[in-house]
Amino acid sequence: MKGSIERRQAQAGRWFVLPALTLIGVFFFVPVVVGLVLSLTDFDIYAIGDPSIARFVGAGNYVEILRNPVFWKALGNTLYFVFASGPLMMIVSLAAALLLNAKLARARGFFRTAYFLPVVTTIVAVSIVWRYLYHPHYGWLNFALGKLGIPPIDWLGDPHWAMPAIIVLAVWKNFGYNMLIYLAGLQGIPEELYEAAHLDGAGWWGRFVHVTLPGLGPTMLFVSITTLLNQFQLFAEPYVMTQGGPLQSTMTLVLFLYEQGFRWWRMGMAAAIAFLLFLIMLTGTLIQLRLSRERTR
Amino acid sequence: MRRTGLAVLALLALFGCGGAAHDTRTTIRFWGMGREGEVVSDLARDFERENPDVHVIVQGIPWTAAHAKLLTAHVGRSLPDCFQLGNTWVAEFTALHAIDPLTPWLAASRAIDTHDQFPGVWDTNVMGGVVYGVPWYVDTRVLFYRRDLLARAGYDSIPQSWVEWRRAMEAVKRVVGKDRYAILLPANEWTQPVIFGLQNGATLLADHDTRADFEDPAFEQAFAFFLGLFRDGLAPPVTNNEIANVYQEFERGTFAMYITGPWNVGEFRNRLAPEHQSAWTTSPLPGPRGAASGISLAGGSSLVLSRAGEHKQAAWRFIEYLCRPEVQARFTHLTGDLPARPSVWADTAITKEPALAAFKTQLERVVSTPKLPEWEEIANRLQDQAEGPIRGKVPADSALARLDRDVNAMLEKRRWLLEHGKLLVERPAEARMAQR
Repeated sequence: MKGSIERRQAQAGRWFVLPALTLIGVFFFVPVVVGLVLSLTDFDIYAIGDPSIARFVGAGNYVEILRNPVFWKALGNTLYFVFASGPLMMIVSLAAALLLNAKLARARGFFRTAYFLPVVTTIVAVSIVWRYLYHPHYGWLNFALGKLGIPPIDWLGDPHWAMPAIIVLAVWKNFGYNMLIYLAGLQGIPEELYEAAHLDGAGWWGRFVHVTLPGLGPTMLFVSITTLLNQFQLFAEPYVMTQGGPLQSTMTLVLFLYEQGFRWWRMGMAAAIAFLLFLIMLTGTLIQLRLSRERTR
Repeated sequence: MRRTGLAVLALLALFGCGGAAHDTRTTIRFWGMGREGEVVSDLARDFERENPDVHVIVQGIPWTAAHAKLLTAHVGRSLPDCFQLGNTWVAEFTALHAIDPLTPWLAASRAIDTHDQFPGVWDTNVMGGVVYGVPWYVDTRVLFYRRDLLARAGYDSIPQSWVEWRRAMEAVKRVVGKDRYAILLPANEWTQPVIFGLQNGATLLADHDTRADFEDPAFEQAFAFFLGLFRDGLAPPVTNNEIANVYQEFERGTFAMYITGPWNVGEFRNRLAPEHQSAWTTSPLPGPRGAASGISLAGGSSLVLSRAGEHKQAAWRFIEYLCRPEVQARFTHLTGDLPARPSVWADTAITKEPALAAFKTQLERVVSTPKLPEWEEIANRLQDQAEGPIRGKVPADSALARLDRDVNAMLEKRRWLLEHGKLLVERPAEARMAQR
């Protein structure tokens, strides 16, 4: 009797998850499979006109991408961005969360909103303001540097400075999201632990290292993985600010993919880049998981 | 209950009839880009007054998004009945089978005079001998120059052969001195080396545009002429971004000549100080063997019919309306675009601006860039490869060899299409017939 109820419940459960599974299947798995097939063809502008013109090229696209110097340049730039802005983003968002969580903080609601505002502002509007800030002649940033006696820098026009400029913009634009997650994590750490640490004579730093950081462990793992995944897909910032230039110094993998797919209409090639990017990101995430597991052990 | 049912029925009837009774007109959709897309609404209202049976829905799309939007609309089968298409995109949309041949429509048309056209611009719309677009407005590039600086160097106009032109540049350079230049040829533009190549008789591509031909002596010579201007300090090896404000630098005399298009006539009028307005003017481009070889690029926009459109007759009538001389004149007044029909050039909108006279002469001597979907990518590759030699970092011949190799790899698909008879191929005899 009991078994049959369970079975019936399981069946009902299956019906409940069916709509979600169908949606995921239709809008996620099918496109992924189609994309994989596409990446094995030379689907291009001619094939958009007449699909029978597309040819099966096997791993040809992948080989060609690996031979393309622009791909390696884009990969290098993307890794530069991930490794430079990733830690920076973690530190800035954690610092902002700690400030907002401090007992002395006033007008918390206002600052929380203010810090989160860039996340929900559209990148196009943001880019117009930042292009002014970065302007070599009229920009506020160079004006401020000038006051300190530093000669003007062509932030977006100089191949050495364009990526740092994008990193600062991207961190400013996105740290608010991680900050909110950290805030939630901070509020989940029991007050008693701090009190106990305080009684044991731990100072501010001691409490931060031995109570806050371990308490935030799972949150940090989540934040670091989502940050990594997002940052590998850097696209909007360089697309609106520099279009990949100057001298391809801000060309990222996704921008490279976009150019191949939607500027030169090499859909097969673009699909192959997407799968390579997926493999790279998967590797990154697995390494991260392994590292965090070893740390907890 | 019954009353509500009746009310619903009555409402349904009302709406049902409303739609049918009010609009028996044929509705066509038109997409225009940028400023043209804005003003075409006014023209469409006038067209509707003349053609009460047709209703035109105009949608404007920004130039920056236009290309991707048109392509995705084609894939999604939602292209409008007729639309504006940059004439360098006609080849691509023909390859996509997105637009209809216009030859039968043109044969029956009295409104569009195929002789009242600039032949070079008309030719950009002809693929494999078949016409796919009608020029709406035209543009090309000419030489803008500082009359006062040329005069100080002893010239009252631009000499029309390369040798003489270069001598004039050397004279200007001697007059203006260090840190100033005779001409600005931005290192990040492909147009200048392409124009010089075409002037010198290079075809850029060969075998029905399936093979690169940049190592052809005609192109090599033109490229050497182009690079010589940088090597000898007549042109600064800089990109547009490094110049920052072209208008300011032109006013200051940082360079005395600049090859650019009609959109800059208005900009120069607005941005240069009133006392400098008499100091500049325009000239048709010089050529390697005198004026006749001084060709430039055929630009502008065309009007095309979507292949999937359901109301081609009405859409074609709208295109014919937009091409009428008096409508063209009005369009020029509204936008400042140069009219596609030479007969309209007598209109005041054009004649009151002396700097436009050179464009009229130049438009009689324009040619199309190679007509294939890959052209923009090829041109970009040329631009990338030219930057090394311009800055003196890479020898010209190795840059051209690399360019040929890259472009040949890009054109592999076209060679395959040609071998399998799937490529629309230009047949010269037919092309000439279609033009006339």
